[in-house]
Amino acid sequence: MPSSALWAVDLFGRVFTLSTAGQHWEPCRDAQLEFKRVSAARDCCWGIACDHQVYVLVGASDVPIRCQEEAYENQRWNPVGGFCETLLPSDRWPWSDVSGLQHRPLDGVALPSLHWEWESDWYVDENFGGEPTEKGGWTYAIDFPAAYTRDKKWNSCVRRRRWIRYRRYKSQDAWAKIPSEDDPQQLPDPFSDLSVGGWEVTDEPVGRLSVWAVTLQGKVWYRENVSHHNPEGSSWSLVDTPGEAVQISCGPHDLLWVTLWEGQALVREGINRNNPKGSSWSTVEPPTSENGILHVSTGVCVVWAVTKDRKVWFRRGVNSHNPCGTSWIEMFGEMMMVNVGLNDQVWGIGCVDRALYFRQGVTQSELSGKTWKVIVAGREGDRSLSGSSFSLHSAGCFFGNEVRGSAESCGPGDTDASWEVPGPASSPAGLRGKESWKGPSHATANFPEATDLSSLRLLPLGLEEPDSADCHALWAWVSGGGCAVEAHTTLKWFTTQSGLCPSVQTLSLSITPAQTAAWRKQIFQQLTERTKRELENFQHYEQAVEQSVWVKTGALQWWCDWKPHKWMDVHVALEQLTGHDGAQDSILFIYYVVHEEKKYIHVFLNEVTALVPVFSEAKHSFALYTPERTRQRWPVRLAAATEQDMSDWLTLLNLSCCESRRMHGRPSPQAIWSVTCKGDIFVSEPSPDLEGLERRLPCDQMFWRQIGGHLRVVEANSRGVVWGIGYDHTAWVYTGGYGGGCFQGLASSTSNVFTQWDVKCVHIYENQRWNPVTGYSSRGLPTDRYMWSDATGLQECTKASTKPPSLQWTWVSDWFVDFSVPGGTDPEGWQYASDFPASYHKYKTMKDFVRRRCWARKCKLVTTGPWLEVTSVALRDVSIIPESPGAHGSGLNIALWAISDKGDVLCRLGVSELNPEGFCWMHVGTDQPFTSVSIGACYQVWAVARDGSAFYRSSVSPSRPNGDCWYHIPPPPKQRLKQVSVGHTSVFALDENGKWLLIPRGNLWYRQGVTPSHPQGDSWEHVSNNVRHVSVGPLDQVWVIADKVQGSHSLSRGTVCRRTGVQSLEPKGQGWDYGIGGGWDHLSIRASATRAPRSSSQKPASKQNGQPPSVAGGPWQTPGPVCC
Amino acid sequence: MTDDKDVLRDVWFGRIPTCFTLYQDEITEREAEPYYLLLPRVSYLTLVTDKVKKHFQKVMRQEDISEIWFEYEGTPLKWHYPIGLLFDLLASSSALPWNITVHFKSFPEKDLLHCPSKDVIEAHFMSCVKEADALKHKSQVINEMQKKDHKQLWMGLQNDRFDQFWAINRKLMEYPAEENGFRYIPFRIYQTTTERPFIQKLFRPVSTDGQLHTLGDLLKEVCPSAVAPEVFWDQVVASDTENVLCLNSRDHPQIHRMVDALSQRIREHLEEAEERQHPEKNCQSDLKEQSHWV
Repeated sequence: MPSSALWAVDLFGRVFTLSTAGQHWEPCRDAQLEFKRVSAARDCCWGIACDHQVYVLVGASDVPIRCQEEAYENQRWNPVGGFCETLLPSDRWPWSDVSGLQHRPLDGVALPSLHWEWESDWYVDENFGGEPTEKGGWTYAIDFPAAYTRDKKWNSCVRRRRWIRYRRYKSQDAWAKIPSEDDPQQLPDPFSDLSVGGWEVTDEPVGRLSVWAVTLQGKVWYRENVSHHNPEGSSWSLVDTPGEAVQISCGPHDLLWVTLWEGQALVREGINRNNPKGSSWSTVEPPTSENGILHVSTGVCVVWAVTKDRKVWFRRGVNSHNPCGTSWIEMFGEMMMVNVGLNDQVWGIGCVDRALYFRQGVTQSELSGKTWKVIVAGREGDRSLSGSSFSLHSAGCFFGNEVRGSAESCGPGDTDASWEVPGPASSPAGLRGKESWKGPSHATANFPEATDLSSLRLLPLGLEEPDSADCHALWAWVSGGGCAVEAHTTLKWFTTQSGLCPSVQTLSLSITPAQTAAWRKQIFQQLTERTKRELENFQHYEQAVEQSVWVKTGALQWWCDWKPHKWMDVHVALEQLTGHDGAQDSILFIYYVVHEEKKYIHVFLNEVTALVPVFSEAKHSFALYTPERTRQRWPVRLAAATEQDMSDWLTLLNLSCCESRRMHGRPSPQAIWSVTCKGDIFVSEPSPDLEGLERRLPCDQMFWRQIGGHLRVVEANSRGVVWGIGYDHTAWVYTGGYGGGCFQGLASSTSNVFTQWDVKCVHIYENQRWNPVTGYSSRGLPTDRYMWSDATGLQECTKASTKPPSLQWTWVSDWFVDFSVPGGTDPEGWQYASDFPASYHKYKTMKDFVRRRCWARKCKLVTTGPWLEVTSVALRDVSIIPESPGAHGSGLNIALWAISDKGDVLCRLGVSELNPEGFCWMHVGTDQPFTSVSIGACYQVWAVARDGSAFYRSSVSPSRPNGDCWYHIPPPPKQRLKQVSVGHTSVFALDENGKWLLIPRGNLWYRQGVTPSHPQGDSWEHVSNNVRHVSVGPLDQVWVIADKVQGSHSLSRGTVCRRTGVQSLEPKGQGWDYGIGGGWDHLSIRASATRAPRSSSQKPASKQNGQPPSVAGGPWQTPGPVCC
Repeated sequence: MTDDKDVLRDVWFGRIPTCFTLYQDEITEREAEPYYLLLPRVSYLTLVTDKVKKHFQKVMRQEDISEIWFEYEGTPLKWHYPIGLLFDLLASSSALPWNITVHFKSFPEKDLLHCPSKDVIEAHFMSCVKEADALKHKSQVINEMQKKDHKQLWMGLQNDRFDQFWAINRKLMEYPAEENGFRYIPFRIYQTTTERPFIQKLFRPVSTDGQLHTLGDLLKEVCPSAVAPEVFWDQVVASDTENVLCLNSRDHPQIHRMVDALSQRIREHLEEAEERQHPEKNCQSDLKEQSHWV
């Protein structure tokens, strides 16, 4: 799992974090302040310091938080001076916002707080809807406000241009003080509690958070506009409460509970996407009338509480529809406080020992968990000897230099200095705090334990023995809001560990892992020596055991090739013959009975080109391809009764295929990587004649073998660096292993295979039709689609009947309305249209008789594979520089560019063969979010922006990894690009033609006129349509994933195709050669740099076109140069 | 990069070149030629010597033939020990090929078990596997297997089919990810110096403080007499990178090339692979002469 952190405050107000991957508390890097309360989210932590001010700490990230400020310069034409700033009195301001209503001079735009800085000066935006404007960025119109055009016309009386400037949040990884309100009337009195949550309510704007706070006077405040791009929020607003609040807890979703002085709890109702502040309060009585509630904590569907007698209570039946729940259940244990974190996991601070407890066994089915388990992780200061091991393994790999710095600065010496000495020294501050804390509220004094036990009561205790506290920590507060613990997460918090951590291997990645240590090599070497010693001179001896044929038989189901197409029970037998040299040959027999006649088909495993698992709701099946079957688009399909059975067969068949092809160990650095639409990863070894001109290996004969893991995107380069991106945008780096997933035992490498996971959404649609009586209702016309359906409307999909994609996936959320569908929705998520199926829009008009909305539900898969997570930034696209084998710049770092899930362009520093993960990201500024990036062999970086236009990054070089500036390159006319791929010199791009359709009809474009002196090229030339993905390799070879490839039995989507006839003088190529598919989604040819030996007699290209036998009609039938 | 699979293969395909000669006192009709064979280290003598039996029976009269048994330099060879173990224990210092004398008469009743058929070997092998799994998984894995899986394991060994054997055996070598290893490591230590046939004790793969045990730890605890003085051991533990150390001591049996800090994984594969019929890990097959991973 991605490591995340538990936040806690000890009795001295020191803030610590404990990583789910670690076993030591790390002191907060910004340790200047002492805190009373913290409340953490994934990327940030809010806290109330001992000065009663609210602070927010935004975690460090390689991608800066960056906001665009814009202002418009408006001009009007007059006959005397031409366009000038003299506007009519009725006109807008000469400098305004986009609406023209607000005056906005450039020097009047101020930074929102001390925590921001300007990135550069103001500059003119030259980009107008994907097209570069004429010089100066001016756009013209007849009058304000009107439609603006790029070109100046005879009647253009006004013009405007857009100035932009970026500001950047500079206080990352430091406690940033939330400025007090300027108006003393508005100033909330000192805060006593605060809680962060609500990130699941809506993700608009990105990273939106609900921050709630309680003041000493018992008032509840809500922080407005807190989001990723505005981490501090904008202002406090008061939320009226029926009583005096003491403590507040906001869950990740829509639960918000408040405790009152009187001991009841208030529950906020009406919190939703359109109203994150909620609308009303309802009251929940405490479990027993004599002991009121002291503390509550809410999760997604749980509420935990502590009453004044320190008993712990679990609220039964809490969920979005019933935020109050039904009844209290008393739990074992006495706690000072409890805190519910992600996945409804619970932490508590023991009443007597002040130790931190983790509630074990909390699952979706058993939300109350099983037992309290004490967390005994040591603290940074406690481990004087292990410090070196810490910085050794974590600093280098994951966090660059930052952690090393902190580890050292927080080392034993510093810790002693800053903690033990200030013990007494800081107490005046703490005591002062206590007085002012007490001042405004008499009620506080009555229940000192209630809110400020840490500062009031136990500070003296701490003063007496600051030393002992260092040995075993006394905790005051804990927050698990940023801490993701899942059922299968193994935590190392519960044992103390001294000396070297054995966990190093789970953290660090390198091509030569710890396991291949000297002793390991020595064992292998000695075994080899032994074999040599004992066998070398005796090879002629007879073997004691004669080799025999081994037959594995079993019962499977087979998808009958002919009518009636259905699953048939069959017997299968795999006959293997192994010679003494280990060479193996195998045949798979499938025996079936038709009309009471026994028949069989057989497959030679050395002819098998791919074995593809096909998990569906009910069947554990797999597809077996041979070149012939690939051409037919009709694989042999077999199903097993159980997952285990299928995994056994798949493993065995794969092993046999690999054995018969003499394929062992990890894929070579030149391997071709690909991903299917199910997220399965396949690798093919390029044969030397793959790109040959004369005797070219047909694509459909390539052997694809599966590698464990689940990815959406995989990109490789010839130095063995492979990166992948999951459906949940997690970035992964290849570890050099093989196997994993359903390949266990011998089919898997023993080291370098780790847990991998992915999360994706399943979508269904709710359809409604309007009728004059009831308005929109779920009563459709008889001819209508199902009222609950899939995207096509052809399949009925109800919430109850829809299952995760296969048995490997489990639901991890409830159904929720998806507001992010293309085209937008109304506030309730509906999209309107005149009829099914039609184009949908977000507003209802008179003509709209139907509407639909999209429901999504998250599901998660956990598997294993040779992949390690690249933490910190989620990615949308990645590209690694292709390198030809001749140009062994092995000393140089490998250029790697990526697009974050938010559209930031990033380039990775420090990537090399030995450290394929690299060190850190370098952010490359853009004026809009980007979607795709590709770097060519000569450091040509091309990218595609969200508006569909392309950009070329100039001056990228090893010494200047992030280049110089972007050149805007308009897309082909009336098209929006979505992907670009750059090989050695060729640049190919793909547009999003027909992206609304179920099968898009993307066009492939070649960039004409690209030369070293003119790297941007001149124009786009159409190459082909029905392309889904393109990958251009280091030899300028062009491979695509194509749709609508016609086979002799069936039509396939997602087929691997190679462009034939690509030569230096004809980089666009001539035709297509069809390979494995359908169901393929992504391919990277960019590692395949093996050039076939050139032969002098080149056959005419037309003959090559004739050779691939797979072409049969379809949209590809014109293989020659096609122009639109 | 070497992989555990390579190690497994090397262990599995380990062969001992052997020369079988008929005992001089056996009565033959004509002279018996020696017979040469490559014996799989991981197998059993009586399982792989059908050819030897046939070869010598050709020159003998039917009435002179009773149960076959083998002897090396006067020591009867126990068929229920793996071949590799027998060789390392008794003959590793002698020149190759290994000279084994074949007897058809005067079966040494007090030294050897009878082996009337291959079923007996199979029963012995399976009981060893079961014993090992009792130690590793409280017999859970072996009991959950089907009869055909047991058969496949045995047939894999009998037919020298690495893939066939390991397709099943890997299940016996797995342990839940949340645990650090097996419950106990199955092993036996064979010594020629002592009267006891072997040493066997319960030994956990992980120490109470969470550290993975090494082969050295095991020897130290189970068979301290085989281990050199403490001084050396401190060195072994301290020098983590130099896991392999040459130890020599005067009065103690010599241990050459002691492997320390073997990770559990490799231990499993090495020892289990070879000694899987003896589930016990033959850590030090011969402490007198030489120790290797059989």
